[in-house]
Amino acid sequence: MSQLNARTEPRFVRYFLITIALAFFALFLVLPLVCVFHNALSKGWVVYFDALKHPDAIAAMRMTLMTALVVVPMNLVFGVAAAWAISKFDFRGKGLLLSLIDLPLSVSPVIAGLIFILLFGAQGFLGPWLIAHNIRIVFAWPAIVLATLFVTVPMVARELIPIMKSQGTEEEEAALTLGASAWKTFWLVSVPNLRWGILYGVILCNARAMGEFGAVSVVSGHIRGLTNTMPLHVEILYNEYQSAAAFAVASLLAMLAIVTLIAKSIVEAHIRQGQK
Amino acid sequence: MSIEVKNIYKKFGNFQALENLSLKVETGELLALLGPSGSGKTTLLRLVAGLDFLDQGQVLFGDKDAQDKKASERGVGFVFQHYALFRHMTVFDNIAFGMNVQPRKVRPSRHEIHSKVMELLKLVQLEWLADRYPWQLSGGQRQRIALARALAVRPRVLLLDEPFGSLDAQVRKELRMWLRRFHDESHITTLFVTHDQEEALEVADRIVVMNQGRIEQVGTPEDVYHSPVNAFVLNFLGNVNFFHCRLEEGKAIIGGTALDVPGLDVDKPHPAKLYVRPNQFKITRYAPKGSALKALVEYVNPAGTIVKINMKTETGERIYAEISQDEYKNLKIVKLEQVYVSLKDVTYSEHLHNIP
Repeated sequence: MSQLNARTEPRFVRYFLITIALAFFALFLVLPLVCVFHNALSKGWVVYFDALKHPDAIAAMRMTLMTALVVVPMNLVFGVAAAWAISKFDFRGKGLLLSLIDLPLSVSPVIAGLIFILLFGAQGFLGPWLIAHNIRIVFAWPAIVLATLFVTVPMVARELIPIMKSQGTEEEEAALTLGASAWKTFWLVSVPNLRWGILYGVILCNARAMGEFGAVSVVSGHIRGLTNTMPLHVEILYNEYQSAAAFAVASLLAMLAIVTLIAKSIVEAHIRQGQK
Repeated sequence: MSIEVKNIYKKFGNFQALENLSLKVETGELLALLGPSGSGKTTLLRLVAGLDFLDQGQVLFGDKDAQDKKASERGVGFVFQHYALFRHMTVFDNIAFGMNVQPRKVRPSRHEIHSKVMELLKLVQLEWLADRYPWQLSGGQRQRIALARALAVRPRVLLLDEPFGSLDAQVRKELRMWLRRFHDESHITTLFVTHDQEEALEVADRIVVMNQGRIEQVGTPEDVYHSPVNAFVLNFLGNVNFFHCRLEEGKAIIGGTALDVPGLDVDKPHPAKLYVRPNQFKITRYAPKGSALKALVEYVNPAGTIVKINMKTETGERIYAEISQDEYKNLKIVKLEQVYVSLKDVTYSEHLHNIP
């Protein structure tokens, strides 16, 4: 009885809503996940591991890791800088910067990919110059990095802006009056206050970077063993009716998602505690 | 170390926060900046600390211009209203911070830092909290730690921004007295901002009353309370009654009654505003020798060291008076009784010569 109050719905309404929510998630999230692992292992462990050990699969994994390895730190630096500027200073064009950070969320990733083709492709704006100087961007690793960077730009900044805004600037000011340089203030006061927010942003950014399909698909050129990332490799295998192999590689991405979810909920708990 | 600001101006967008303001804080003085919100007192404090930059003018520490010195080089101890303790550090690390960030050459040894921190914790009487985190402390404890942290760097001046503004009344009083005692022992030049007149009157050596980016009056608590230079200062420092009246032959005519006003010279009749503190009324049950205002007692509150009385005159003017418990015992007045009110004194009068 103690949990009842004026806002509490009748019991059958509560159970009804909970059932619907759980059923929905079971049907559209858990079931597909189970399917992925089921199909991946449908021809046994040998086929599963063979698919993962295939040179093309390993090349795709390497490409995905290399991309994330570059994109995540870049976004980390950009995200912290942008969030810092937006939450701690007032300047002209602040609204524009905020909208720009959000832009990738509202643009289809395919368009994002196309932008880079139009910019750096052979017929593109900078194409002739790049060809003349023998610089290869499109259908190669640099374009994959650029496209991934584009779609993941909001991830870190978006997480940090509300945290920074709520924390204000008083602690930094206190550090300055205590004789700390701007550099020391940043590392000893600002960063520790933001560490869980930063980690949270990095986890989300990494998940998105490794899982991105649309934008990367447009710019990569799908060259097996060279410019394929894991999501692209899954698609190729599937189109070639190697469904067990396709699901094997997909299962790796699914596991990444599960790990991300767990890490995310642990970090979220820390952020909530830090705001007490 | 004295602090001086000369002809400073500061604008935020279209808002003129400070306008041609000059002030000198003498070495070893405890000076209160008192004013309503938006009067520029916090802005002034932040300019002195180097946390904001002025548009025009000069800030001097001693006789040296502090203009091109950064906040981190000015050697000030700053205490914020909301404490601004480093939330991810223990109390010990908070206090040690200022020493830990010093360049290696001048930084005290680990052992020295430890004993300095413990000494400061002892000063603020919170030795047992060294290992706690800020969120585990009460507001009063946090502010004392913030003070200890500011003192750890041996500041030349101490700047306090509404230091007790977000504390309970009781804790506030305690800390106020603690600050006064601390200042009496340390004699560190201190500038502190408050909007609480009681706090300023109780703690400060001198008070600067500010309004709309300018200084209205500078003086000892006694000066500003008893000899305010204008109506704003008067209104801001304590309760006051004011009457529209006409001054004639040493008497004030309020609502048809001519009252004796001690110490008021009148050359020719003119209208005026009289400002009277609650303790400057004499209340009697029977009509006194001179003339007095007839008033109805609306409310009496004897709970406290003084007795507070609200009255309404025949002509509808409201009076708030305070009398001592002894006077109250002699008077024995209750609600809805008729009394006579005369003036013992007047704090300030505004003469309106130009209005007929």
